Amino acid sequence: MICLELFVTFFKIGLFTIGGGYAMLPLIQADVQAHGWMTAEELVNFIAVSESTPGPFAVNVSTYVGAELAGLPGALCATLGAVLPSFLIILLVARFYAAFRSSAIISGAMSGLRPAVIGMIGAAAVSVGQTVFAPDGVQALAGYPLACSLAIFVLMAFLTHRKLHPIAIILLSALLGIAAGYLRPM
Amino acid sequence: MRTDLGKARLLFWTFFKIGAFTFCGGYAMIPLIQREVAERRCWLKDGDILDIVAIAESTPGPIAINSATFVGYQVCGTFGAFCATLGVVLPSFLVIYVISFVLRQFSQLLVVQYAFNGIRAGVLALLLKALLSMYRQSPKGAVAYAIMAGAFVLTAFCGVDAVLVILASAAIGLAASHMAKRRAAE
Repeated sequence: MICLELFVTFFKIGLFTIGGGYAMLPLIQADVQAHGWMTAEELVNFIAVSESTPGPFAVNVSTYVGAELAGLPGALCATLGAVLPSFLIILLVARFYAAFRSSAIISGAMSGLRPAVIGMIGAAAVSVGQTVFAPDGVQALAGYPLACSLAIFVLMAFLTHRKLHPIAIILLSALLGIAAGYLRPM
Repeated sequence: MRTDLGKARLLFWTFFKIGAFTFCGGYAMIPLIQREVAERRCWLKDGDILDIVAIAESTPGPIAINSATFVGYQVCGTFGAFCATLGVVLPSFLVIYVISFVLRQFSQLLVVQYAFNGIRAGVLALLLKALLSMYRQSPKGAVAYAIMAGAFVLTAFCGVDAVLVILASAAIGLAASHMAKRRAAE
């Protein structure tokens, strides 16, 4: 039963993710957190895991949530759900390629979808920001200094802007996080 | 038939390799597809890559899956699409499935919690950077800004279902471009 639920949830996420990558974050936040499959913090942590392992975020997160909840069958159902919508839609598009390419309907819909995705990723960034600067009760390590998170964020924003590789960003912020944790005044 | 099987096997391995070496999301795989599929195997012409990107962006689902399905179909039909898609998904599936056994135990360790405290700040920086570059590429104009702001407020603060926001903004984009076309015709 849980396998069916995983399949349906990730099918919906795959179907309504336009533009790939972070575009699916708002949907995952809504659905995966609503089911109680992952907390907000776990999800942000997993973004980092996904950035440092190969493959698309969609496959990574569906495989992980599926495996956590129901082992191998769960992982298979969730991943199949996430992949199937793209697969079927592209098969259709490839067959009617010429019509799709010049379609006024597609380009019109895309002119609305692109800005919407940006707004929605902005919303996802707000909730990621909450896990960084305003973590809730249990997750917040007592006294982990907010100033450290802020300093790490500012430094990483600068280094990202200077085009440092994302994996280097993640490793560096991990090291700084550990240092800040152990060096903080008791 | 025999040559088709050979092609399908080659598609599978080519996309397995692409899937295994694509970190940080779909766009990173475009140069890899270019090299492996267009230059090495001559399955596609160079200009086709741009079409693939355009199609992958304007259909639901991760860019990686969309491109694999599309290329596979072009090279050897539905079976080719299946082999290419399976190939691109399998590496991340296997890696994450293995990681899922250790991630939760690891995340109980204090040092890992400290690391993730830092990592979340780094992820926020990466996310904002991605948001900025998407904003730069998006269509500008009154309608686009209104949709952007509307989608942001509705998902971040009003708890509106992301699917609803996506459907509504596709409809608005469609209506707006239709109206612009009629005005141009008059």
